Amino acid sequence: MANDDPVTEGGSRSSHPSRRLFNIAAAGAAASWVMTSCGPKRLYEAPKARLQTLIGELERKYHDQYGKDVQVSDADAIPGVQFAYALDISRCIGCRRCVYACVAENNQSREPQIQWIRVLQMDKDKGVDLSHANPYYQPEQVPEEGHFYMPVGCQHCENSPCTKVCPTGATWAEKDGIVVIDYDWCIGCRYCMAACPYGARHFNWTEPTIPTAELNPNMHYLGNRPRTKGVVEKCTFCIQRARAGRYPACVEVCPVGARKFGNILDASSEIRYIIEHKRILVLKEELNTVPRFFYFYAT
Amino acid sequence: MQHENSGNIIRLFSGFIRGSLKLILRGNRAYWLWLAFLGALIVSGALAYTAQVRTGLGLTAMRDQVSWGFYIGNFTFLVGVAAAAVVLVIPAYIYDWKPIREIVIYGELLAISAITMCLMFVLVDIGRPDRFWHLIPPFGHLNFPRSILAWDVMVLNLYFIVNFVVATHILYRAYHGKHYIKKLVVPLVLLSVPMAVGIHTVTAFLYNGLAARPYWNSSILAPQFLASAFCSGPAILLVVLQLLRRFTRFEIRDAAIWKIAELMAYAMFLNLFLHGAEAFKEFYSNTQHLLFTRYWYFGIGTHHTLVPYAWSAVGLNLLAFGLFISPHTRRNWITLNIGCLATYAGVYIEKGMGLIIPGLTPDALGEIYEYYPTMTELRVAAGIFAVGFLLFTLMLKVAVPISLGEFHDTEGAEGSAQPRGSAVGEKAYSRA
Amino acid sequence: MRVKPVLLAGIVLSGVALMAGGWSEPWGTQTPPAAKSTPKAADERVEVAPPPFSEGIYPCSNCHSGMPVDRKRRELTAMHTDIVLKHDETHRWCLDCHDANNRDVLHLASGEPVPFTESYRLCGQCHGEKYRDWRAGVHGRRTGNWNGVKGYLLCASCHNPHQPRFHALTPKPAPRPPSRNIPGAKGSL
Repeated sequence: MANDDPVTEGGSRSSHPSRRLFNIAAAGAAASWVMTSCGPKRLYEAPKARLQTLIGELERKYHDQYGKDVQVSDADAIPGVQFAYALDISRCIGCRRCVYACVAENNQSREPQIQWIRVLQMDKDKGVDLSHANPYYQPEQVPEEGHFYMPVGCQHCENSPCTKVCPTGATWAEKDGIVVIDYDWCIGCRYCMAACPYGARHFNWTEPTIPTAELNPNMHYLGNRPRTKGVVEKCTFCIQRARAGRYPACVEVCPVGARKFGNILDASSEIRYIIEHKRILVLKEELNTVPRFFYFYAT
Repeated sequence: MQHENSGNIIRLFSGFIRGSLKLILRGNRAYWLWLAFLGALIVSGALAYTAQVRTGLGLTAMRDQVSWGFYIGNFTFLVGVAAAAVVLVIPAYIYDWKPIREIVIYGELLAISAITMCLMFVLVDIGRPDRFWHLIPPFGHLNFPRSILAWDVMVLNLYFIVNFVVATHILYRAYHGKHYIKKLVVPLVLLSVPMAVGIHTVTAFLYNGLAARPYWNSSILAPQFLASAFCSGPAILLVVLQLLRRFTRFEIRDAAIWKIAELMAYAMFLNLFLHGAEAFKEFYSNTQHLLFTRYWYFGIGTHHTLVPYAWSAVGLNLLAFGLFISPHTRRNWITLNIGCLATYAGVYIEKGMGLIIPGLTPDALGEIYEYYPTMTELRVAAGIFAVGFLLFTLMLKVAVPISLGEFHDTEGAEGSAQPRGSAVGEKAYSRA
Repeated sequence: MRVKPVLLAGIVLSGVALMAGGWSEPWGTQTPPAAKSTPKAADERVEVAPPPFSEGIYPCSNCHSGMPVDRKRRELTAMHTDIVLKHDETHRWCLDCHDANNRDVLHLASGEPVPFTESYRLCGQCHGEKYRDWRAGVHGRRTGNWNGVKGYLLCASCHNPHQPRFHALTPKPAPRPPSRNIPGAKGSL
C-alpha cells in the first residue's frame, strides 16, 4: 500500500505531508493576521483611534474631490437616548419640502436623482392603502381635493429585516436606534433592498454627482458623507444633526409642523406626548418590523 | 525514494495536463465552430461587463423599484441545475441501479459548470465586485447565521468543492487506471445528496424569508424550487448524453435515459402541483397579495410585459409533463428531446424572470416599474452561459476519453495497468 | 434586539406615570398632577419668536392713542381695509380680540389684557387642544434642539390671525420615475 499510490504518498523530507500541511497552515494564518489587522475593516464598533485616522483621511479625500473644507463627525450615540419619529398625516400637505431639504442636508446625488423621502399621495376614501399610492403627483397646488399625503422613508425598525439579511454585516442598528450603513464595506448586493418592506433603501446605480456649491460640509462618517456608485444608502435620521442635539432637516423645514422627532426615553419629549395623547400607527405592522417611525393624526 | 516520488507526481500531473490540452485542442469542425461561437459570446459579455463596471449597474434595467433582475434570475435557475446533478446519484445508490452509475460523473461535471456560472452571476450583479472579499472570513465578515445569503455563500462553495474534488479525483485516478479512494469519495458522494437539496433549499430561503415580498414569502417556495430543479437539471444532461453517444464512443443504455426522463415527469408534476396550489391560494383568498401573481399571469392595468412569458412557461411545463409521463412519447427520441427543451425553457422562464420580477412588482410602496433586461444584461448573461458551456465542453473533452479508457497515462509509477471499457462506470462506482 | 425591552419599559412607565397623574381624569376624583409630560406648567410663559408684525404697524398707539373708541361692530372703511376677517366672523369682530382701550395689547374673554408676545393665550381660549399640543411641542413647526432649548413660534407666525386657513402651496417637483435609460450612457436599452 505504501508505494502503489503516488497521489497519497509523501515526497521528500521537506515535502512530508504533515510538514507541508503545517507550512501551508502557518502561511495562511500569517496572511490572515496581516490582512485582518492591517487591511480595511468594517466600521462597526471601530475603535476610536482607528476612527480618528479614518476621519482625517475622509476629510482630506472629500476636500480633494470637492475643493471644499469638510468636517466629518465621529459622534457616538448619546447614552440614554432612543430616537423615535412621528409624522402627522392629518397635517401633511404633500409639498415635498422635506424631500429637498433632506437631499440638500444629506448630500444625495442630484444626477442620478436619489431621494430618501418619498411622499405618497393617497385617496381619502381608501385610507392608508399602499396599492393605491401615487408618488408622482404634480398638481399646481397641494393639498388636492380628496387626497391626503404620506411621506415614507427609513423606519429605523427595531426588528429590521435589512440588518438581518446583509451578508457582510455592512448595515446595523446603532445604540440610539439609528440604522446605519458602512458605505466602505457594502458590496452592493442589494439584499437589504429586497428585504425592506418600505422601499426606504436606495442604490447608487451610477456614480453620484453633487455640485460643490450644494455640498453640505457638516458630515458624519455613518451619515451624509458622499457615497460612491455601487453602494446602498438611506435616511439616517440626520445622524450628523441628531447626535449634536438638533432636529433632522425634514423636521425643521416642514412648513405645517407635521414632523416630530425626539428621544422616546425622555418623558417630556414630543414623541412621548404623541404616543400618549394621539393615536399612533405604523406601516405594515403585521410584518413585525417594530418601526421607530410612527404616523399619527393630531386632529 | 521519497524524493523520486515527488518528482514523479509533478511529472505525472504535467503529463495529464499536456494530454488534456492535446485532447482539448483536437476536434472536428463542429467542435471548433462551437468553441468559436462560445468564444464570441464570451468576448461580447466581457466587453459589456467592462462597460457595466465603468458606468455602474445603471446600464442594466434594474432600479430601486426592481432591484434584482435578470442576473439573479439566472443565478436562481442555475442553482437548481447544479442541485439536480444529484438526482442521478440517488437512484444510482439508493436504488442500486447500474445503468445510471455510469453517468453520475457527468452530472457532477454539470454541477461544477453550473455553480461556476452561479458564482459569476452573483459577481456581475453586485455593485462593488472589488469588495467581494468582504464576504470571506477572516479577511471579511460573514453575517452567519443571520443572513441567508451568508449561508448560500457557504453551501454553494462547499457543494462546488465537493463535486470538484469527487469528479477530478475519480477522473484522475481513472486516468492512472486506478480505483478512486473509497474512503474519500463515498462519504463525499453521499454527502452531496443532502447538499444538493441543501443548496437549493437555502437559495429558496433567500427569497422565502423576506416578509417584505409576499410573493416569495410562501412556505411552498423551497419544495417548489426543488421540484423545478429536478426537472431542469436532468433536461440538460439528457441532451448532453445523447450528444456524447452520437459523437463519441460513449455508451449509455436507453434504459438509463428513459428512467431519468420518468423521474423528471414526477418532478414536473410536483412543480405544476405546487404552482397550482400557489395560484389557488392567491386567487381564492383574494387579498392584496394577489397583485403580484396577477401581474405575472394577467398584468395590471397597462402593465403586461411578462404575461406572454407566464403562459409560455405554463404551456411548456405542461407539454413537458405530458411528453415524459407517457412511456410512448418518453421513448420516442424526438418527443423526448422536445420534452427536454420544453422543460428547460419552461423552468428557465418561471424560475428566472418568473420568480424575481413578480416578487418585486409592484414594489414595496405599490409602484409598478416594468423591468425587462437591457442589451448589457443580455450580453453579460450570454457571456456567462458561454463560460459555463465552455467549461463543461472542455471537461467532457477530457472526461469522456478517460472514462472510455482512451486517455490514460502511459508511464505511471504503476506500470501499464490499463483499464478498458467504462473505467469510470463499473469500477469507479462498484460499491455493492 | 437589546433595545426593545428598554423601549417597552419606557412606554409602560410613561403610561403608568400619566395614569397616576390623571392627565385627562375620566375618573374624576384624583388630584391634578405636576404635569410630567408637558414641558411647561399651564401658565408659564413660553419663549417665542417675535410677533410677525407688518412693517411699521406697531406700536398701534402711535395712531390710536388720541383716537376716540368706536365699539360699534362694522366693516372698517377708513383704515385696515386690507384685513378681511375670516375667523368666526359671523360671531366676532376686531374688538373681540384687540383691546379697545389699549391697542398695543389683545384681551382675553375675561377682559384680561395680553401682550402680542403672549397672543397664544388668546388663541388657546378657543383652540385649547391645539394650544396644549403646541406647548408640548407637538403642534407647529419644530426648530431648535430635541434635547435642549426648543424653538417656539407664535401661532401668528404661521397662521394669519385674521385669515388663519393656510393657502395651498405649490409642491416641489415630483421624483423622476425610474427609466431604463441613463442620460449620456450608451449600452442601456
